[in-house]
Parts: sequence; C-alpha cells; structure tokens
Amino acid sequence: MASGWLFPIFDLFITELLNYITLRNLLSFFALICLLAACSGGTQNEEATAESEETVTEEETPQVDAQLLATGETVYNQYCLACHQANGQGVPGAFPPLTQTEWVLGDDIRLITIVLQGLQGEITVNGETYNNIMAPHAFLTDDQVAGVLTYVRNSFGNKAEAIAPEEVAEVRASIES
Amino acid sequence: MNNFTKQLQFSVSLLFLLSLTGLIISCGDSSSSTAEQDVDAQFTADENNGSITLSNGFGAYVVADDVGKARHIVVRDNGDIYVKIRDTKAGGGILALRDTDGDGRADQKEYFGEYGGTGIDIYDDYLYYSSDTVVYRVALGDELVPTAELEVVVEGFINQGQHATTSFTFDNAGHIYVNIGAPSNACQEQLRTPKSPGQDPCPQLDRQAGIWQFSANELNQTQEEHGVRYATGIRNAVALDWNDNVNSLYALQHGRDQLSNLWPEYYDSLQSAELPAEEFLKVSEGSDFGWPFCYYDPQKDLKVLAPEYGGNGEETGRCADMEDPIMAFPAHWAPNDIIFYNSDMFPEKYRSGAFIAFHGSWNRAPLPQKGYNIAFVPMGSDGLPSGEFERFADEFAGSGGEIESPGDAEFRPTGLAVGPDGSLYITDDQKGRIWRVFYQDNSEQVAGLVR
Repeated sequence: MASGWLFPIFDLFITELLNYITLRNLLSFFALICLLAACSGGTQNEEATAESEETVTEEETPQVDAQLLATGETVYNQYCLACHQANGQGVPGAFPPLTQTEWVLGDDIRLITIVLQGLQGEITVNGETYNNIMAPHAFLTDDQVAGVLTYVRNSFGNKAEAIAPEEVAEVRASIES
Repeated sequence: MNNFTKQLQFSVSLLFLLSLTGLIISCGDSSSSTAEQDVDAQFTADENNGSITLSNGFGAYVVADDVGKARHIVVRDNGDIYVKIRDTKAGGGILALRDTDGDGRADQKEYFGEYGGTGIDIYDDYLYYSSDTVVYRVALGDELVPTAELEVVVEGFINQGQHATTSFTFDNAGHIYVNIGAPSNACQEQLRTPKSPGQDPCPQLDRQAGIWQFSANELNQTQEEHGVRYATGIRNAVALDWNDNVNSLYALQHGRDQLSNLWPEYYDSLQSAELPAEEFLKVSEGSDFGWPFCYYDPQKDLKVLAPEYGGNGEETGRCADMEDPIMAFPAHWAPNDIIFYNSDMFPEKYRSGAFIAFHGSWNRAPLPQKGYNIAFVPMGSDGLPSGEFERFADEFAGSGGEIESPGDAEFRPTGLAVGPDGSLYITDDQKGRIWRVFYQDNSEQVAGLVR
C-alpha cells in the first residue's frame, strides 16, 4: 500500500528524470551536432574563402602589372613617404592615413585628381580632421601616377583595383581642358 | 623563563601581526583621511611612472588619462589644472582638472570653451588661451570652470592650416608674446613641390613666421593695428617662454622639412633625416633667425643657404648675418613647449634651467622616428646653456624609443607646466595622458609645502 501510494510518485520521478536526462542529452546532443556542423561548415567556408581568395589573387596578380607596382613603389618612396609614412599611416593631426579609407579605395577620378592637383583645406579621413596642404604632383608621368596609386591601393593592408595610365591621361586631359 | 619569554615573544609577534593586518586593511579601505596619507599618495609613483622613464630620484604618476589631444597646460596656485585641447570633440577646447581627495590625481574633470588650440597660461588671475586666430581671456574665480565673460585680447591672425599654433607667453612688463608660424615649409612658389624656388622676398614674413608682442591687459587688439613684430625669420615656435632670471624671451624653432624630397640633387635621405637642427633661440627685439632663406647645419655649426634660395648645402650666402641658436637639438624632434624651472622641489642643478618637450619626429622616414622625450638644459646666469642637455623623461614612444611612424608612438609629449609645489606636469596629445613628475628623495621636505 505504501509502495502503491509511493509508486506513482516514484514513477513520476523516474519519468521526469528520464525525460530530463533525455531532454538534456538530446539538447546536448543537438548542440554538439550543431556545433560540429557549424565548425566543419565554418572550416569548409573558411577553406572555400581562402581558396577563392587564392584564386582571386592568382587571377588578379597578372592584372596588377609588376612593372607598374615597381614604378609606384619608387614614386611613393621619393614623393609620398615623408608625409604619409613608410606604413601609409600618415602623421596624426598633420597628414592623413592612406589605409582603409574611401579616399584611396573609392572613386578613381577623385583619387587621380588629388595627386595631379593637390589638396588644400579641411578634410575628414577615418573620423579625424586634417587641415594641411598636399602639393600638386602633375609633374609625374601618367605611368608614375598610375603606378603610385596602384601601389598604395595594394599596400599597407589595402586591396583595391589597379589604376591604369590611360585613366590618368583622361583625368589629366579633363583638368587641363 | 625561556619558555615564558618565547611565549611572550610569540604573543607580541602575533599581536603585532594582527595589528599590522588591521592597519593594512584600514589603510586599504580609507581613501585619504589624514594629511600624512595625502602626502604619501601625492608622492607615490605609478608603476613604471605611467609608462615613461625619468632621471634618477624622480617619480611620476598619471594625473588624468584619455583626455583628448592635450596640448599646453598651466597649473593654478590652488593646484587646479587647465589643459588646452586641440579640438572640441570631448565637449570643449579646455579641460579643467581638480583633485578633491588630496591624492594628487584629478577627480573632477570639466570641459569648457568653444575653441580648440594649443596656447594656455594664467596671468593676473586671468586664464588666457588661444584658438588658431584669436587670443582670449577669462577671469578666474573660486569655481573650477570660470563663469566670467570671455574677453578678446588679440584677434585677426591669419587663418592658416599649417603651423596654426598661436602659442604665447608673458614678460614681467605687461606684454604677451604670440607665436605665429609660417604657413609653409620653406616659402616656395609652389608649396612643398620638388625644385620649386623660394619666393623672394617671402611675403609670409609680413604677418607670419615670427613672434608678435601685444599688451597683455588691453582688450580687442588686432595683429595689424596693435602688434609689434618682435622677432622674425622663425618658421614655427610652438615652444616659447620668458626667462625671469635674465629677463629675456626664449623659443624653439621647428626646423624645415623634406630637404631630400624637394632637392634630391643636394641631399640624400640620410642627410635629410639629420638636417637641419632644431634651434634653441634666445630672442631679442628685432632678432632675425633667417627662415626661409637659411637653416642651421649642426655639423658645420652655422646657418647655410636654403636650396630654395640658391643654396646647395654648402654655401652660406646671406645667412652670415642671421642669428644663431644658443643650442642645437637633433633634427625633426619637434619642440612643442619650454618652461624655465624656478621652484625648489628639484635638486640644485635643475634650478633656473629649461625643460623642453619634444613631440617627436615624422620627417626622418625612411629612418626610424626619434625624439619623443623631455630634455633638460642647465642654464647659466649669462642666459646661455651651461652644459649639455639631458633626456630627463624618455621612452614616450614606447620602450626602445625608436618607431617607424609617429602613429606608432604610445605618447607624444606636448605641454609642460610647473605646479605650486615645484612638480613638473607633462601632457601628451596622442592618447591624452597627463603626468605629474616629482623629486622623490625630497618628499619629506616637500610635505611641509602641501596644504
């Protein structure tokens, strides 16, 4: 009688316990499965990304002319490095950085125009205000301008399309006309 | 007997230990209750002196941190600190700091003022500060943030992007001296353009590239009407101070940049990194230090003709008549503040000498950047340096001291002030840290001076 009275409770307890364990186990199991899936998926994705990046890099490398980059590096070291620094980070409060900014990675025409015509007055780059003078560099050839911009767009952690000498010639013509 | 003694010793030791523990706990809990503790806290250095190195016997702690681009600084007689901030992003162009619990660190921080800038000082119970084009003043009262009406002392300086730092100082005869930097590197026909010749005469010398004198007490003066061009041919003297001991103005010039970029046929990048010297100037009325026509070559120990004016790195030409510096510092170190030390907390050799804050170079690339330090120059009674300079506070750039680019510097020293007790205050405009430097071996003597 005692057991008869107790049994339902015990039974309920066992049932609850089993349910609980099963639920927990199931949850844990699912969580583990999900985690594994996510991990392997992640790994696969990463691999895929890495592969596609490699592919992209392999495809892009021939497009970024080695000669153009070499010209660009020489021009950068001679005319740009003093202010924008060896790491492209500029000088806080004086000369803006060339890294991760739309000024460099964005509009081609604006970028080419700045090199040819220089820049003066207050600008904001990556949230910081600068008010200084960049001299015009119209004395550089089309190849040199294209080279240095392509170099800057592919250095200091930047990755953006090359600038062609023909593009520079077009902008130069439109400025001069 | 022996046992008794041992027991007694044990008991006494235990009592001592217990009371010591209690003392430590109570010390840890209380935040400055006695004057003695205040003094201890005021002269307890932070670990690593707040990330800088100091000459022997000195310690430092951080008074305030992350305050914005902290430029020049002044400490009032009551210990309140006023710092000029380069911009107004934090809520104002001036930061006011007050220590309310006696540990020397700032507890109360208030921003006020509509203009960013560099110059700030206290004169006759007025707080003077400058924007890029105006020198203002406001009367100081009991409150930390002044509530009096803002007054214009001098206005009408040319609004210029480059070297727009209207820093200033006062003499003892009622004058204010305002630095107006040159709006260019070397007054070239085409700014910072390779092989572009210099303008001759250089029109920038008319209202810029010099130090102008005004009345310190007259309001609403303009540069054109009231300004006296006290000294000329100074490219940019962010650092200037009046030396009471010899009653004379002193300044440091930011020397020109880019010799090898602009004139590669005469200079290579190694020469350009070491030329020209940063000049320590003793400034008299009518002084001409030769910018833009000349620069100082520390190896040759003379002023040589700038390439923009026909120089080739060797010729001196018209520069023979220009005044030389009283001391030459390494190129491109960027002196941003100077203060003569006339207090007695620091040892004898520092008295009457000059502390100089160097912001650190950007124009030595591709060589490593250098010079992020506070130098000390001992000064003789003749008003000239009486010995070599020492690097008094150093490694602001980070340990090792040499970096690739100024952005890599941990801190960049910019402003100096001496507090009422003789402590030296240093600002940094990279992270916005403010240090208080004190002489440790002297702390007992100093304690008597602390309120």
